[in-house]
Amino acid sequence: MSEPEATAALKVTLLASLAVSVLNAVLGTVTAWVLVRDDFKGKSLVNAIIDLPFALPTIVAGLTLLALYGPTSPIGVNVAFTQTAIVLALLFVTLPFVVRSVQPVLQELDPELEQAAHSLGASRATTFRRVVLPSILPGILSGVALTFAKAVGEFGSLVIITGNIPFQTEVSSVYIFGRIESGDSAAAASVAVVLLAISFAALLAIGAIRHYAGGRGHA
Amino acid sequence: MPRHALRLAALGYLAAILVGPLAIVFWRTFENGFGPAWSALTTPETAHALKLTLIVTAIAVPVNTVFGVVCAIAIVRRRFPGKGFLNAFIDLPLALSPVVVGLSLYLLYGREGWFGGWLAKHGIEVLFALPAIAIATVFVSLPFVAREVVPTLREIGDEQEQAARTLGASGWQTFRRITLPSIRWAVVYGVILTTARCLGEYGAVAAVSGRIQGRTETATLRVQERYESFDLAGAYAIAIVLALAALAVLAALTLSKSRARAA
Repeated sequence: MSEPEATAALKVTLLASLAVSVLNAVLGTVTAWVLVRDDFKGKSLVNAIIDLPFALPTIVAGLTLLALYGPTSPIGVNVAFTQTAIVLALLFVTLPFVVRSVQPVLQELDPELEQAAHSLGASRATTFRRVVLPSILPGILSGVALTFAKAVGEFGSLVIITGNIPFQTEVSSVYIFGRIESGDSAAAASVAVVLLAISFAALLAIGAIRHYAGGRGHA
Repeated sequence: MPRHALRLAALGYLAAILVGPLAIVFWRTFENGFGPAWSALTTPETAHALKLTLIVTAIAVPVNTVFGVVCAIAIVRRRFPGKGFLNAFIDLPLALSPVVVGLSLYLLYGREGWFGGWLAKHGIEVLFALPAIAIATVFVSLPFVAREVVPTLREIGDEQEQAARTLGASGWQTFRRITLPSIRWAVVYGVILTTARCLGEYGAVAAVSGRIQGRTETATLRVQERYESFDLAGAYAIAIVLALAALAVLAALTLSKSRARAA
């Protein structure tokens, strides 16, 4: 574990997972809001597509992202083998988590509350911050915890698109895989224990959020 | 204005991350018609990989369906020591890295693993063979049925089951005539999710299968092998098959959700 390559991989993993958690918290909440409060043609189709990353094999996810954002990109964007590619792949595989944990809470939340806040003179931002956010915050947090856990352990979508360059784009799961292949299962196990601890912590956090939110009468 | 801005942001995000990349792969695969894609799929190694994925799925889905229903009933209806532990533990495969799952199997069944010596002495092949691939797949797709059935069981309560018992029904009769019909859509939903995960598993299987072409290579492993051999058309063709399976899964999920609501 004290090996520099293992530490570097863990650092890349944690930083990318953190970035993806923050991005997902914002974009996932926006998406959930649009799916619940907005109305447009094809909304049910968009709603079904949200689950695609659950159903699509991760290796296929990596391959498809590379097709659009790789060396042969038809739109001239090439992020292959960079840290941006890690974030992109992780955004893909974790996309449903925040949306799906915020959506049911928003559905339960009476839109009249927001309208009341409005008619009492609250701005849109204030209404969101004081009325909507407190109710959906447990949903956002448990979605973020799931996102973080999934991002830290993600493997399949990263192997093709990140190039697995040690000290640059190699994440922990790829490092572990490399050690298994070279027969060094002790080095693999030491990093795996760290990932295992993070997974447990995420599960505990989700349990605590559910318990706390349940006590206050939210889903 | 803000409403439209938010809609645009959400749809733009989905297009950039999900729909766009997938559309490009579809377009690239069928650029020159169906012929090249079909011949890429029918090479012996690729055909074997697709067949192996189906075999493993056919093993893992029934196993996890039975296990999931039994676990869900135990968690909701029974009291036993370690129940809280089981309830928390069942979600672990969702939060765990597939590579870590692979590593743990490696440490158990490998040549120097806990069971490795005994297995080798009795000539039983687990690692780098079908058993390891099946065990890895069962592990990663374990929670889906139980997770769907648990909330449904809680919701329906146990009054009808108790009534059936009072009227003299056996445990099995009660399960078959009362419990099963009321949880059937949850089971269907869980089975669909399990199938998707089995068809698409990569990391855990990559770690324990040895990736031997024509023998232990599953469809997802084949995608990577083709990509690394610079056969992009071959990789895309298998990816399309898996993506179509994923779209079928989405359609089935949507359909079973609306059926469950109507029921």
